[in-house]
Amino acid sequence: MTFTREQVAKVADLARLHLSETEIDSMSRQLTSILEFFDQLQAIDTTGVEPMAHGVAIENVFRDDEKHPGLPPDEALANAPKRAGDFFAVPPILD
Amino acid sequence: MSIIEKSACELIEMLGNREISSREVTAAFCDRIEAVDSRVRAFLHYDRDQALRRADEIDHRRSAGQEVGLLAGVPVAIKDILCARGEPTTCGSKMLEHFKAPYDAHVIERLDRAGAVRLGRVNMDEFAMGSSCENSAYQKTANPWDLRRVPGGSSGGSAACVAALEAPLSIGTDTGGSIRQPASLCGIVGLKPTYGRVSRFGLVAYASSLDQIGPMARSVVDAALLLEAIAGHDPRDSTSLPHPVPPYRQSCQQPLPKLRVGVVTDYFGEGLDEEVAVAVKKAIEVYRSLGATIVDVRLPTSAHAIPTYYVVATAEASSNLARYDGVHYGHRAKEYRDLVDMYKRSRGEGFGHEVKRRIMLGTLALSAGRRDAFYNKALQVRRLLRGDYDAAFQQCDVVLGPTSPTAAFKLGEKSDDPLAMYLSDIYTVATNLAGLPGLSLPCGFTKSGLPIGLQLQGPAMAEETLLRAGYMYEQATDWHRQTAPLAGTS
Amino acid sequence: MATHPFEIIVGLEVHVQLLTESKLFCSDGTKFGQPPNTLVSPISIGMPGVLPVMNRRALELAIKAGLALQCQIARFTKWDRKHYYYPDLPKNYQISQYDMPFATEGYLDVDVEGKTTKVRLIRVHLEEDAGKNLHDDHGGDSLVDLNRAGMPLIEIVSYPDIRSAAEAGAYLEKLRTLMRDLDVSDCEMQEGSLRCDANVNIAITKEGKTYKTPIVEVKNLNSIKMVEKSITYEAGRQYDQWEKDGKVIGQAPKQTRGWDEARGVTRPQREKEEEADYRYFPEPDLVPVVITEEMLARIKGEVGESSQQRKDRYRDQLGLSEYNASVLVDKGRGVADYFDALMSHDIDAKTAANWVINDVLAHSTGRIKVMHDLAVEPSSLAELIKLVKGNKLNLNDARERVLREMISTGKDASTIVQELGLEVVVDTAAIEAIVDTVLADMSKVVDDFRSGKGKALGALVGQVMKRSQGKFPPALVNEILNKKLGVS
Repeated sequence: MTFTREQVAKVADLARLHLSETEIDSMSRQLTSILEFFDQLQAIDTTGVEPMAHGVAIENVFRDDEKHPGLPPDEALANAPKRAGDFFAVPPILD
Repeated sequence: MSIIEKSACELIEMLGNREISSREVTAAFCDRIEAVDSRVRAFLHYDRDQALRRADEIDHRRSAGQEVGLLAGVPVAIKDILCARGEPTTCGSKMLEHFKAPYDAHVIERLDRAGAVRLGRVNMDEFAMGSSCENSAYQKTANPWDLRRVPGGSSGGSAACVAALEAPLSIGTDTGGSIRQPASLCGIVGLKPTYGRVSRFGLVAYASSLDQIGPMARSVVDAALLLEAIAGHDPRDSTSLPHPVPPYRQSCQQPLPKLRVGVVTDYFGEGLDEEVAVAVKKAIEVYRSLGATIVDVRLPTSAHAIPTYYVVATAEASSNLARYDGVHYGHRAKEYRDLVDMYKRSRGEGFGHEVKRRIMLGTLALSAGRRDAFYNKALQVRRLLRGDYDAAFQQCDVVLGPTSPTAAFKLGEKSDDPLAMYLSDIYTVATNLAGLPGLSLPCGFTKSGLPIGLQLQGPAMAEETLLRAGYMYEQATDWHRQTAPLAGTS
Repeated sequence: MATHPFEIIVGLEVHVQLLTESKLFCSDGTKFGQPPNTLVSPISIGMPGVLPVMNRRALELAIKAGLALQCQIARFTKWDRKHYYYPDLPKNYQISQYDMPFATEGYLDVDVEGKTTKVRLIRVHLEEDAGKNLHDDHGGDSLVDLNRAGMPLIEIVSYPDIRSAAEAGAYLEKLRTLMRDLDVSDCEMQEGSLRCDANVNIAITKEGKTYKTPIVEVKNLNSIKMVEKSITYEAGRQYDQWEKDGKVIGQAPKQTRGWDEARGVTRPQREKEEEADYRYFPEPDLVPVVITEEMLARIKGEVGESSQQRKDRYRDQLGLSEYNASVLVDKGRGVADYFDALMSHDIDAKTAANWVINDVLAHSTGRIKVMHDLAVEPSSLAELIKLVKGNKLNLNDARERVLREMISTGKDASTIVQELGLEVVVDTAAIEAIVDTVLADMSKVVDDFRSGKGKALGALVGQVMKRSQGKFPPALVNEILNKKLGVS
């Protein structure tokens, strides 16, 4: 099983990751060998086994419907790479 | 014995008796950092003045007769992955180089309430992804036992600074062994608590269903002390457990008269370094001599723990790290064509290779058409793994094995071979997948003087049992009293 | 014009914002219309290290909605992450429910022109809202406001059971009334607390065969009127398109089109470069929810009498017409509550219904959330009605003059009657005197009446009333006139 450059590029798009040409090459190589290694999972019989998605088996954890003051806009926006007034600014979104 | 050589518990006693001030203690560790950290390179952020101001505050409270906490006046180093209000939290990543959190993590609050003196931020693999600390975007931390070698990871800075006597205690995090493996490689004690024992609120997530925060120290009692300070319920973390926190520091010193130790036979096969195997087998004999019953147990699914872990962890990571996109905080690329390109370049520039690799793996594992074969399958194997442990704990109180298949490897030795690096987590990842506690403690040295770690794993919420079993062993040996020579040229 | 008959097929996806004090997973406030980025916290900004904790009230409101929509409520439900990159989605995943929604398989009966259609529901699930992006028309930066990010929503997905634009409108109106009555949501489409996307296609019958056009998802529908208009438009457009290319469902990908209100057309929205791959997986930061019988019973208690039960009660127990019962209930709980309150002041059901429907509603403007939003308090109206019943005020004055004055001044009915001098005089002698003068003055009309022109009586009554300045009770005037004219 080879994980091709094209497949790497497709997954990178999905993950919004820019990869250089050399990164695509090495990623294709490395992912191929990692995925081959991961293939061993397919041989395990898991018929009827309930998936375990959580680290702890608890349920029904809630908070009361109470509001508390959040961050003032200046603190909320303090880490923003770009702001315009009290908004986060991003390159134009084309709809 | 100089201040920096003393245990945290000894320091607390001296502070309580007014034999010494927190300023003196803090200054001694700051001096040490200033003397050796250029070689160890554990600290990413360190502010002597701030630490001393905090020490003075604790001294003042104490002399004014005010209530002081469990850790009052004792310095603690923090892995650079816990948010603290107004302070940098880089996670070892360029992505968060200039990020300052607007809030405190639960564990930071707990440490502050306990009167700890936060000494600074220590190095880690970027976003806790790695087993050598070489994936930090900022510096490569050295192993204090041999400066040409890695301290392990991802909590490499936390382990190295304690081993190098730069801090008596440190906070690490463990997603697949990130506390235990560096503790093993640096010859110290590290505990990964039961999932839910310590609140993750304010811990920058790598893999949410696996991440836990835990203590790192030079002795079991010190680790117990730090755990006591940080454990407990937090309503801000839905996965935090409500169980009361035992007085670990006291209770860990009571031996277990009828301890049953399960030896995981699956761990003693191919890939385990001979010197490590010998040291761990000697540890089994120590337990036998202490009156413990030794039984062989099997964890058959653990043979598949590595692929299971890397599917689950990377899937969650690909999701957790989606938020770093250059919009609300973090790195934004200077040049881009449009919004999508801005996302891609910001992430491409902000993340290092290993992080990108894991995002790719995780995205793949969750993508349409592949999710059943990878992610869902791994979750089923995860359940089988947990079942293995449940069966094993029918026969024994703790399971015993090596923490890491080898002692510390050389810087650069595995950095071009991700799969080889992944395999260094072979004995630790299953603990996280099962949500159980695991303790690593020193159990010997290789001929070349590198520490070897012993791992004890227990049932959920059995931290006390692990600490008591660890303390018994520690009392019978003196591995933990050895001090790293800071030898070798890094 | 279409040369072949076709049927419209519509399924609606409706988002309803739940009426909570705080957001779904954090304690930011939920008030509409606040300055940008003032209802935010590290959690709603998706800062590194934050964790969600579920709002209990949001779950309860959601279950309440699910019960009112006759859904099966899951005993076990969980959270999932849905991934897509967008600046108003700070974590770049939305916490939603994927394969185990809290409610499935409900329905809503919709009445259009006397015909009832059962619109079945596929599912109702909970999810967090995204923030808002403001676009710049001149190509400048887009602006992101996260106040809305994390607000609690339920998404109600119907089967494609709707067969006309009017049915779609009626469905939304009914849903809105229901959600409002239960205090689940205020459902203001203008404020976005009710949002609707429509999946539309048509089934064309030609020479005995049926052709279904590819499904189009219509977005940007900001009012119920727009939903109706867009469906009608889209059906016609799809018919024309089918005539042109003959493409049926499966031969073209599902398209998304936006409603352009100014031009009254739908327009294609920019196709995404890649097919959406949301990479759902269980949210590890939230634990599953187990809905217990006890919890369900408590929420069922909150739901109370359903609209249908109330209508049945009005019709069967109070003897109201089907129409009147429907109006009272369908206008929202505030109106029906008002009606009940009016009856509690000893007003009989039919009189109360007539007053509420014909008068009170006519004078009430704006949204009626509770009965006090209606123009006049039930106790004041009851006083007015009793004046009419006791022959102290005539009905016409009560409706046209007194009620108006009560609404504009807030004074009570008897005060106004006095001030305006509208008290009905029940002095028989006075009436007889005026009747006599009218009969004398209008002998021609009297002759007409006697020669069989029944209508002439009306003119006589009118004249008596006019001369009495409307103070005589019309019934008494009639009686006396008839007597004097020898009619029994």
